[in-house]
Amino acid sequence: MPNSDWIFRWFHIMAGIMWIGLLYFFNFVNVAATKEATAAGEAGPISKYVTPRALFWFRWGAVVTWIFGAALLGTMPAPGGDNGFVDAFLLRGRMAPIGFGAWLGTIMLLNVWGLIWPNQKKILGFVPATDEEKTKARRIAFLASRTNTMLSIPMLFFMATGPSSFSQTFLYH
Amino acid sequence: MKNPLDSLWGTVISGFVLTAILYFIARAIVASTTGTV
Repeated sequence: MPNSDWIFRWFHIMAGIMWIGLLYFFNFVNVAATKEATAAGEAGPISKYVTPRALFWFRWGAVVTWIFGAALLGTMPAPGGDNGFVDAFLLRGRMAPIGFGAWLGTIMLLNVWGLIWPNQKKILGFVPATDEEKTKARRIAFLASRTNTMLSIPMLFFMATGPSSFSQTFLYH
Repeated sequence: MKNPLDSLWGTVISGFVLTAILYFIARAIVASTTGTV
């Protein structure tokens, strides 16, 4: 195992917990809490103090997770003769399972930066938006976040099973 | 038809269904290159 391997894995997991932990916080806790607080006329502090901070660690956690994941794949021996990063993304041989995880993680990262964050900026008032635009942004951000929650389930399955020798023997044999 | 992503449980169940589908695809890819399944 190259020296860099364990460092990349360690930081990939730490940042991944930050990212997916906050994704689950948004979907399992914050959506319902905000809905209830809005009905009670008390949602202000959540969108002022909690959501912006959570979104900061959420979107940068996603970037750091992807970078260390990509670096980790690069250290993996690849049966196709290229490096592990290339073989994973090309779904080659035994790198296919972790490749599925890598593709799902990449789609999720693009969802964060391409859909969730730009629409959250409108919702939170960081960029100007009409009420109609805010309503539309709320729906898009919600569905993108729910899509990521759905994708996180197979993504974590492939992250957990793709690279291990146990799963290569029993799950994919 | 209702969007399953509107419900938290619909989202979670969709995730597990997608996992099963992708697992069999990944397994078939590994088998096609190693001929072990």
